[in-house]
Amino acid sequence: MRELTYTAAAREALAEQMAIDPTIFVVGEGIGPRGGNFMTTAGLYDLYGPMRLRDTPIAERGFIGLCTGAAMTGSRPVVDFMFLDFILDGMGELINQVAKIQYMSDGRLKMPIVLRGSIGVGGSAATHHSGNYYSIFAHIPGFKVVLPSTPYDAKGLFKTALRGNDPVMFLEHKLLLNTKGPVPEEDYEIPFGQARIARAGGKGCRATVVALASMVRKTLEACDQLAKDGIDIEVIDPRTVAPLDTDTILESLHKTGRLLIVDETFAPCGIGAEIAAQAVDRALDDLDAPVKRLNGAFAPTPYSPPLEAAMIPNATTIEAAIRDLLAE
Amino acid sequence: MTQTTDKLSKDQLLSLYRTMAVIRRTEEQLARAHQAGLIHGACHTYVGEEAVATGVCANLRTDDAVFSTHRGHGHALAKGVSPAALMAELFGRATGVSRGRGGSMHLFAPEVGMMGTSGIVGPCILQAAGAGYSFKLLNTDRVGVAFFGDGASNNGAFHEGLNMASIWKLPVLFICENNLYATEISINQSAGNPNVAERAVAYNIPGVQVDGNDVLKVYEAAREATLRARSGAGPTLIECRTYRTRAHAEGMRDAGYRSAEEVDAWKARDPLKLLAAQLPAADVAAIEAEVKAQVDAAYDFARNSPYPDPATATTHVFAD
Repeated sequence: MRELTYTAAAREALAEQMAIDPTIFVVGEGIGPRGGNFMTTAGLYDLYGPMRLRDTPIAERGFIGLCTGAAMTGSRPVVDFMFLDFILDGMGELINQVAKIQYMSDGRLKMPIVLRGSIGVGGSAATHHSGNYYSIFAHIPGFKVVLPSTPYDAKGLFKTALRGNDPVMFLEHKLLLNTKGPVPEEDYEIPFGQARIARAGGKGCRATVVALASMVRKTLEACDQLAKDGIDIEVIDPRTVAPLDTDTILESLHKTGRLLIVDETFAPCGIGAEIAAQAVDRALDDLDAPVKRLNGAFAPTPYSPPLEAAMIPNATTIEAAIRDLLAE
Repeated sequence: MTQTTDKLSKDQLLSLYRTMAVIRRTEEQLARAHQAGLIHGACHTYVGEEAVATGVCANLRTDDAVFSTHRGHGHALAKGVSPAALMAELFGRATGVSRGRGGSMHLFAPEVGMMGTSGIVGPCILQAAGAGYSFKLLNTDRVGVAFFGDGASNNGAFHEGLNMASIWKLPVLFICENNLYATEISINQSAGNPNVAERAVAYNIPGVQVDGNDVLKVYEAAREATLRARSGAGPTLIECRTYRTRAHAEGMRDAGYRSAEEVDAWKARDPLKLLAAQLPAADVAAIEAEVKAQVDAAYDFARNSPYPDPATATTHVFAD
């Protein structure tokens, strides 16, 4: 199968869906002729022109609100934030309007809006260009929150986002954007709320690791190391954190008896806390050890490379966390 | 009295009066219902400002989209929501316009182009611009309309919304209902330039200030703005100078921030009286009787409607 980068895979999904759905338009800063800071819309302006590839003023709250009204009146806006950190200027529009209007209108209005942007720590982007924020959105009824970790998933999940009728946060970790992987040329969708088993454990598998976004790759690296010592681990990538496929996680836990959640962002009130709570609530008898979390440090993101590296898990710290879990 | 009067037929004038009377008598009934304990939450009435919603919405089609504020009963009624559905909503009933999910500040009736009122000041400006964007993208001649107060004109949404509507020539009417107070803070205390219409210059769009208690002046300004929007020429800002004669919300004290003389002066310029003075008294009386019967029936309907089924409390969070 041909290989594409993560960004090219998502762009292919957008291009294909824009070709068949004239109600889709994209807004953002530099997404027109420039093709997007991360090449998210490269080549599309020449095909679809300014009404559908709309360069905006630097007015995040404004264009989120504008796209809210557009989604209520028959269009399908895609908001490209470049860096997701910029979404924070529009939190009121998102949480009070976008997330609530379908409910408040008793389902008579739809809110088909896709909000995409790069997330994550890396590249000395520093604290205003390194946020993750998905736990915040997963906490709010009304959002679907998608975290693709492979080019294949990026295309399939983006197709689902563009064809649905709900607000979707489509979050692309910046360290994944240029990674390559197999992507089918044909059309396909990946349903939300369906985790992927990124590494299947065998019969003697002794632990389940749930990893999110760029942590999936780092966890797989750690598992390669552990395999050299004959340690077999199952790795699960939820792919969407709202809805969250806890069934797949708990099925794995039932088999392995141990659970670790590896998440680059903050631990308090996070996705790992939610998974741990559900494991205790629904699968206490399956647990041979306490549920463990490995998270990024609870602090803003620093610039200097050694400081930045100290903030987040890596293959070595993940490997150590798994060994600690097995020793429990 | 005005040039506009000559352009409108007697039936059109009576229709404007009828809409204002429906708003006024419904609001008065809601105020009584609030005192009687039938309204469970907030109730912000539109009494004194009826000419604005009436004059603007008389230019709109059902498929034009209105986005409104916390003081939105008048906009909903003028856009085609029935007094019965409005009252039932405030009474928390399943037959309410938002099926009991919203109350006074969250009125949704997309089937008549009432796209929502909001408990947050500002978003309606941006959403109306977005409706304008949709209507342009979809090659229709529909328009988006934002009703908002002087308070919202000092919010960032005003700047961002008007700027985007201007640069993309969106078919939008920005209707500022300047009733001089943001809750109880005077516009003179909260705006460097209290003449909201003058700010249109900053966005290179037309800005007009009209007497918001004269429904014919509002109608005429909105007519021009609507034609302009439908023709593709872009948005217009209309500042309607008006006044809320009741308290900010029912049950609130209404003292200390404005004088009785000021309130009386505005009551003397009651928008219903101003129009009635130009109409045959018998016609006005007939409309008032008809509206009273409608509002009485709406009240009975609302009071006797069932509450929503608690089993539906979490439906429609998502479409898919």
